[in-house]
Amino acid sequence: MSDVASVSTRLAATGTANALELRGVSKMFGALAALSDVAITVHPGERRAVLGSNGAGKTTLFNCITGDFPPTSGSIRFFGEDITAFPPHERIRRGLRRTYQISLLFTGLSVLDNVYLACRGVSRGRFSFIRPRRSDALMASAENLVEIVHLHDVRDSTVSELSYGQQRQLEIAMALAGAPRFILFDEPAAGLSPTERRELVDILTGLPSHMGYIIIEHDMDVALRVAESVTMMHNGRIFKEGKPAEIEDDPEVQALYLGVNDG
Amino acid sequence: MAVFETRWQPARPAGGWREWVEKIPIGYWAVGIILLIMPAGASDFVLFQIFGWTFILGMIALSLMLLGGYGGMVSLAQMSVAGVAGYMVAILGDSAITDISQGWPWFVAIPLALVIAVLFATVTGWLAVRTEGIYTIMITLAIAAAFFYFCRQNYTVFNGFSGFNGVLPPKLFGVDWRGPKAFYYLTLFWAAVSYFAVVYLSRAPFGLALQGVRDNPRRMAALGYDVTAHRVAAYAFAAIPAGIGGILLTWQSAQISPGTVGIGPAIDVLVIAVIGGMRRPVGAFIGAFIYVLFKTFALDVLVALGLSGERFQLLIGLGFLLIVFFSPDGLLGLWDRWQTSLRRDPLTGGERGAP
Repeated sequence: MSDVASVSTRLAATGTANALELRGVSKMFGALAALSDVAITVHPGERRAVLGSNGAGKTTLFNCITGDFPPTSGSIRFFGEDITAFPPHERIRRGLRRTYQISLLFTGLSVLDNVYLACRGVSRGRFSFIRPRRSDALMASAENLVEIVHLHDVRDSTVSELSYGQQRQLEIAMALAGAPRFILFDEPAAGLSPTERRELVDILTGLPSHMGYIIIEHDMDVALRVAESVTMMHNGRIFKEGKPAEIEDDPEVQALYLGVNDG
Repeated sequence: MAVFETRWQPARPAGGWREWVEKIPIGYWAVGIILLIMPAGASDFVLFQIFGWTFILGMIALSLMLLGGYGGMVSLAQMSVAGVAGYMVAILGDSAITDISQGWPWFVAIPLALVIAVLFATVTGWLAVRTEGIYTIMITLAIAAAFFYFCRQNYTVFNGFSGFNGVLPPKLFGVDWRGPKAFYYLTLFWAAVSYFAVVYLSRAPFGLALQGVRDNPRRMAALGYDVTAHRVAAYAFAAIPAGIGGILLTWQSAQISPGTVGIGPAIDVLVIAVIGGMRRPVGAFIGAFIYVLFKTFALDVLVALGLSGERFQLLIGLGFLLIVFFSPDGLLGLWDRWQTSLRRDPLTGGERGAP
């Protein structure tokens, strides 16, 4: 807690904008408060894990940040810019990315086409009527991303033919398209085999250091290895924030989350 | 990166266009050559009435295929878009209604007619893309109905019930483009241009993104695409084949009237697209061919069987029901399934090696 606080005062003093700054964010679904008065500050390059039981509001938090479902009240700043009222595509074009818990892929298109669409989405020529050649710069960066997530062997396969784990990897490749400044990973390890988990940890820890992210993860082994700070959520509120070790040792957290899950 | 380079296959190897030509499947050559030499043997009626009409309706259905098949938006207003272009050619160019027709030269009237059709489609799209599924169909149907009644009741510009007659193609290069052979080649040319444009577009960024919007609009927004703008742009682009089809349709019958853009014709475009199949562009033309055959010959067949001739719509309806019932993807879907079953090994049920 103290470290996070000191980093935050240091950055405030130098005037550097935070990667992400949420103030008083609430999201109501009818009478149900999925998020109430959430405040989170993440610094550029910081890697944060969000933990919490089902229904704690983790995915709703992501949906508010990306604009999939805009918040009912509160403000969201992305690198100093108020993006609260922006439509999703404008936020993405500013360098925000996300993956989805349930893969939202274009199942009728090939792996390479999926990644190419992601690369094209954050660059010019979205409306181009000219077919890309294989020598196209964006096609090359799409090939490169396919390589990074170890999907090169299946790059021309239709997405519906991929295994579940491969689809999760493709999700990540699409989130890395363009020049992301900050990424939201929604349970990327869910349903992966132990080997695939190790690959995932390698991919995440191998990201360039300026690329911060928030990761929602139930698997503490994964979460604590890829994050340098942890936010605990409970019933739509921020419950605890701190370094992974502090959170792990916190008796309240253990009672609420670890104790319940680990039995 | 080493793996990357060894697998690298340039799209067009050193052979250039010759290899590219060799890559075209034999079926395309066969169909292309048959269509090109057809006028040598076929009667004027077949050329003008059957194939000319097929190509025209195919183009209008193609615009629906682009919206429905690639964009997931079923629009019933494509006949209206075609009608706008047809009406504009009559109003801005020449017709027998000299009080209204402006008599502008073809090189002004035709491009302007297409531009107005594109604008009309853009507004239609802009209204329709905020809705999904059945509501898109309802809004576009409402627009089609409104356009039909407007044309019928407006006498100052659209000449009301009787519309325009004597709308003829320009005598470009000294050719009478309404002559059966010339008209056949004219419609074949524009149908081919429209077809290849849509095929090409389907793999260009715009077409890929449109298919992405169809499969998963939310994900497309999360990739940085403006989903609404993409959908509206699809309506605008689809107006071009529909508009060309509308102008050719007006020339073919030398007239355009509210009956051309009524609710019946609007729904017929959907029937054509569904019969052929909306998965691939060629479905629009297959559907149009079958529709034209039905519409032309069902009457004779019925009369020969001693039934009332007006029942030909019933035959079309029954055919439509059968196709939708047995293959929701139209005849293309049936064809695809037949091809897969041919490749299947009769003993193991697995797929044989690539054909």
